[in-house]
Amino acid sequence: MHPYLPLTEEDKKIMLEKIGISSIDDLFSDIPESVRLNRKLNINDGMSELEVESYIKDIAKSNKSCEDLTCFLGAGVYDRYIPSVIKHIISRSEFYTAYTPYQAEISQGTLQAIFEYQTVMANLTGMEVSNASMYDGATACVEAAQMAANVTRRKNIVVSKTLNPEVRKVLKTYLRFKDLNLIEIDETSGVTDIDKLKDELNKDTAAVIVQTPNFLGLIEELQDVEKYVHDNKSLLIVFCDPISLGILKSPGEYGADVVVGEGQSLGNSMNYGGPYLGFLTTTKKYMRKIPGRIVGETTDSEGKRGYVLTLQAREQHIRREKASSNICSNEALNALTALIYLTTLGKKGIREVAYQNVQKSHYAFKKLIESGKYKAVFDKPFFNEFVVTSKNSVGDVNKTLLENKILGGYDMEKQYSSYKNSMLLCVTEKRTKNEIDKLTSVLEGIE
Amino acid sequence: MKTLKELLYSKDHEWIKVDGDKAYVGITDFAQDSLGEIVFVELPEVDSEFSKGDVFGTVESVKAASDLCIPVSGKILEVNEELVDSPEGLNDDPYKNWIISIEVSDEVELKDLLDAAHYEKICDKE
Repeated sequence: MHPYLPLTEEDKKIMLEKIGISSIDDLFSDIPESVRLNRKLNINDGMSELEVESYIKDIAKSNKSCEDLTCFLGAGVYDRYIPSVIKHIISRSEFYTAYTPYQAEISQGTLQAIFEYQTVMANLTGMEVSNASMYDGATACVEAAQMAANVTRRKNIVVSKTLNPEVRKVLKTYLRFKDLNLIEIDETSGVTDIDKLKDELNKDTAAVIVQTPNFLGLIEELQDVEKYVHDNKSLLIVFCDPISLGILKSPGEYGADVVVGEGQSLGNSMNYGGPYLGFLTTTKKYMRKIPGRIVGETTDSEGKRGYVLTLQAREQHIRREKASSNICSNEALNALTALIYLTTLGKKGIREVAYQNVQKSHYAFKKLIESGKYKAVFDKPFFNEFVVTSKNSVGDVNKTLLENKILGGYDMEKQYSSYKNSMLLCVTEKRTKNEIDKLTSVLEGIE
Repeated sequence: MKTLKELLYSKDHEWIKVDGDKAYVGITDFAQDSLGEIVFVELPEVDSEFSKGDVFGTVESVKAASDLCIPVSGKILEVNEELVDSPEGLNDDPYKNWIISIEVSDEVELKDLLDAAHYEKICDKE
């Protein structure tokens, strides 16, 4: 397929003359005749652009996306409503194509957007400072752990097993090479076992990481945990779904030191695993220990408002070997997406989204329990995800759902072996009453 | 460059003033002059303990960030909170504006420090 004109024979001739050989074969004269293939490769002939397009489209049709299926799967990534204004703004080439656009002289628009992103994230999480964003929730969590170790000069990171298993895996990978220890705390009835957590706190504990709403969907009670952690002079790191903060108390209000999480929820599509958006916010006290970039507002020599990278002594420019982290990348386009999402919705809008998540998921939960065929696994408040169990395997249940164009829940047994035939279902604001009713009637119909 | 006769100095440009059981630690006039306009001082936690030469904090100026190294081993008794809001105090009067006070764990270590005359000689070479 040649949708453009490649080299002409004349071009080739000029190039060969220039390097002083007469044919392309001469370039391979060092390769002995005996090992040469001396025939064409056994691959199909080329296709025209039109043929290639239709061939690839045919293959793509066997994918099932959330356009084709009704999604009740969550577990860290969420099928949410994305206002159409987002794609119009982020696809502007000033935003879309710029790479590391940090130079104040030429990047005021991008820097202002990052500054505003930091402001909304700090407000949403109830914290004072935000960085310019990170790769994803998992790496933001790692950076928070390293930051805590740096602040406290301690080596142990205590993490609840109710934290997303994939995030814990990434933590494990990084901490191994940072000479830090990862200590996992069991869950009990779906939430962090606080007694066990208390037992693990000692003078080596740099931080405790808890997720709320946790991976099992439940809201963790953190008031007491906050007290124990701070009495021990450790840092409390809270990992959360930013949408849940539309209705739940912000981590800043109950004393978190660092708040991290996955910002995919904020207007970013599911993207087959990435690019996503890690956010990290903290208090003024730890402002100089924060990893990554921070944009600050200032005035120029004429007294006009302007934006620049600030507090850079933290990172590689000045103290590379001493910095708590050398990461400099952010996810500017995804951060911009989150900013547009949050400003489009506004304070009322995000509360409404969160409220709908609670209402719809509780409606689905109630209907399933009433059917008698599904039992609740936990008896605690949840946000938009819950676990139910039945006599059938999750694999079988999901197969039936898929036949009905429904993407079913997450098989808990994959990561939590004691929960057999248990499915983590997620209901976001995007699901309608009809869709939920269809889900429950299909589920009830499974013998 | 100003030094005070009654103080002891480290090669890392910190001064220490022993006052009974307690000792005050700050940075020297030479240090503040080399750093330039100081914009931030990171202070340690009270009660934390450091061994001689350990980094107990940082000072950040408009052109550099430098570690603060403790001249002798000890436990932090007080930190000068005024520096949080007015870090420029270290430029204005580095000998009056101490950074931490400590309980010295081993007085023998004081013997390794320099007097004003020796310290000045070191600075002259830099």
